[in-house]
Amino acid sequence: MTKVILPELGEGITKATVSYWYFKQGEKVNEKDDLVELTTDKATFNLPSPCSGMLSQIILSEGDTVHPGEVLGMIE
Amino acid sequence: MMQSLGVEILDLGLIDYKLALLVQQEAFKAVRAGHLKSTLLICRHYPAITLGRQAAKSNILIPEAELKDKKISVYQVERGGDVTYHGPGQLVIYPVLNLADYKKDIHWFLRQCEETAINLLANFGVQGERIAGKTGVWVDGEKICSIGVAIRHWITFHGLSINIKKDDLVNFKLIRPCGMDIKMTSLETLVGRNIEINDIVGVLKGGNYDKSNFTRIGRGYH
Repeated sequence: MTKVILPELGEGITKATVSYWYFKQGEKVNEKDDLVELTTDKATFNLPSPCSGMLSQIILSEGDTVHPGEVLGMIE
Repeated sequence: MMQSLGVEILDLGLIDYKLALLVQQEAFKAVRAGHLKSTLLICRHYPAITLGRQAAKSNILIPEAELKDKKISVYQVERGGDVTYHGPGQLVIYPVLNLADYKKDIHWFLRQCEETAINLLANFGVQGERIAGKTGVWVDGEKICSIGVAIRHWITFHGLSINIKKDDLVNFKLIRPCGMDIKMTSLETLVGRNIEINDIVGVLKGGNYDKSNFTRIGRGYH
């Protein structure tokens, strides 16, 4: 089981919003696939999948706020 | 110490918003594949309203039919930010940069975009300012440069638009820019004289500036 964690985004950026999951819960993903799109005040960016496997759990859904270090989902 | 990196400058001229987006996507792929070095796409757009990821449609203040009458296209795009207007009186800069070569830091990149506009304005004796928490460049509380970016695999696209011509400002009244009740200004308004965008573009393309860091592109303009 691997956690999908929001990394540090740079000085002064303390939170982001989940804007789009590219995969549904239960779907297979490959390492480095674009997994989830996040939005800060003036920027959007994608978080790649940390490993290959199945997206077993989406913990934070679209519209939720996420802080660096928090877990967005799980891959197994 | 930051690496000194050159950038290519590509002038797309007056171009439809959607077409420029396709060019950005192609440049993105080429930079990612290592076939193109970090590039600044410079252009102007036919009138268009774009909605970023955080945009509320209610921030467009007139009905869609009226926008059609005015020949203003509306696009939903993947950049951050709310709603903005683009018109031929703006200088638009889309940095397609590999941040892995600079700094993998979104905050830093947004500040560099501001720096680019501030440097450009300084050549006209205009002092652009930052307002903490409100990305963009402002002069005396009025906004002159809007910024909204997208980053994928640490490669950037979308970017910044600087209001140059004063005639275009009227169309900002059709929206709540960035979802805020703010007043927009233009370089022409501030300096009180006519400024041709092509003159600025010509100098940028001519290479009479320091190419070692993309934020310096505005320097050397006389």
